[in-house]
Amino acid sequence: MSIQRRQFIATLGGGALAATAGCTGSSGGQSESGGSAGVAGETLTLTTTTSTYDTGLLDEVHPDFEEMYGVTVDAVAQGTGAALESARNGDSDVVMVHARGLEDEFMRNGYGINRRDLMFNDFVIVGPESDPAGVQGMDSATEALTTIAEAEATFVSRGDNSGTHTKERNLWEAAGADPGGDWYQETGTGMGEALNVANQQGAYTLSDRGTFISQRSEIGLIILVQGPIEGGPETLANPYGIMAVNPGVHDNANYDLAIAYIGWITSPGAQDAISNYQMNGEQLFFPEAVSENPDFQQYVPEGWSSDTSG
Amino acid sequence: MTVPLDPVVSLLPAVVDLPFREGYVRSTIYVSLYVSVIAVTLSTLFSLPVAMIMGFSDFRGKQFVKSVINTGMGFPSVVVGLVVLFAVSNQGPLGTLELIFTKEAMIMSQFVLATPPITAVSLAAITGVDENVRDAAHVLGGTRLDVALVVVKEARYGIATAVLAGFGRAISEVGSVLIVGGNIVSSSGISSTRTLTTAIQLEARQGQYDTAMVLGAVLVAIVLTVNAIVVRLGDDGVMQ
Repeated sequence: MSIQRRQFIATLGGGALAATAGCTGSSGGQSESGGSAGVAGETLTLTTTTSTYDTGLLDEVHPDFEEMYGVTVDAVAQGTGAALESARNGDSDVVMVHARGLEDEFMRNGYGINRRDLMFNDFVIVGPESDPAGVQGMDSATEALTTIAEAEATFVSRGDNSGTHTKERNLWEAAGADPGGDWYQETGTGMGEALNVANQQGAYTLSDRGTFISQRSEIGLIILVQGPIEGGPETLANPYGIMAVNPGVHDNANYDLAIAYIGWITSPGAQDAISNYQMNGEQLFFPEAVSENPDFQQYVPEGWSSDTSG
Repeated sequence: MTVPLDPVVSLLPAVVDLPFREGYVRSTIYVSLYVSVIAVTLSTLFSLPVAMIMGFSDFRGKQFVKSVINTGMGFPSVVVGLVVLFAVSNQGPLGTLELIFTKEAMIMSQFVLATPPITAVSLAAITGVDENVRDAAHVLGGTRLDVALVVVKEARYGIATAVLAGFGRAISEVGSVLIVGGNIVSSSGISSTRTLTTAIQLEARQGQYDTAMVLGAVLVAIVLTVNAIVVRLGDDGVMQ
């Protein structure tokens, strides 16, 4: 049945394509060959997290790259898990995510290459000003979560396999707690929506600082536990990485353009633009690509050594 | 291409810092209409013959086709989106066409979504035409095709309703176009695969409720306008 359905849809797709051919529209990522312009006119598909997109950072910095090469960047905001999955299926050329464990797995399986550290911000635990569980000012994220769990104060979880959700699960694990029950609510949405839900319910949640700052004027939550940027615990660090999709696995991946993009976004100019991007007078992301001592670790999975097979 | 700020919006300080440029809203409306209109047109071209064949002839498996249509009516749109995603993904049977995250992929999923209601409602309209009309047409020496045309003419109001139902399902659908289209807007603020519905979803996610409301009002206005046009067309001044 599903096979038939597929063929059926496939037939339809051909029809739709024929019908729409010649209409104005996107060129679907095919390059206009024949020019001597190299990559000009091509489209780079970037799958990324909701945090880089919803803060408006990409819209701010991308025009520079697009003008430089005469290309288009299609940014698809999905959350880290989904962004990597799209790349795994060969549906994107480059990924910008923030979950080192998942990134390493992605590289170990051969899907991603030439990873670079890109930038960082940090996570914060936010909640209502009344702070029913009394976690304000704690300098340990795990202690704060344990306290919230013991008080059974409502906690909103992203529950969407995103970088933030992955971090949250790691923190619960480190705290030795297995959250569950009525007080623990998984929204399955982007960070912005999760903040809205937490705001409506007077609940706690773990947020990346960028999205929280960009939404702070809309919601009544405050930061109760700071991340490392404001002197909080290092466990709340939130580094972002960028990887090209391996053209050896997916020959349709636009590797040249992906590498051009990675080269550009880790260049001093683009890193400055990231550094200068502010919202409500606050810097959201801190560049990490330009350094005096480039760290080889950034290019390969952590703990890479001669005895790891594959 | 730079897009001038919408002069009306600049009067509203609450929404000044939103991506509320005229070009953004206009291109979002354009993508919505482009995808839905093409999908519904293709779907109508496909559904009407099917409904006519089913309405005018008996064949083996007719009940099965009917049940497929009825199942399709209630088929969850996100699942349709998922199936289309598998089909157009690089790993899928249509991977070589590179349709993922394009309007064409969105048209495919909308086509699948709009076809069952259009077929079912057209069929109901065609079978609802009085037997006497068919008999009269036969008596007047009409061929089967003539009879069919007469019946379709009689059923035009129902068929217009069918097209409207399909269009309504297509333009107000979120899940599948989000999955296969990717909700992309270029950095110049011009929508490439962002529709009104997915824009509303995104604005709500970002807590930009004012923009979401404006886009919602636009969407409702479009649906009501199309509704009015279709009713006028199908009605012809004489409601059945």
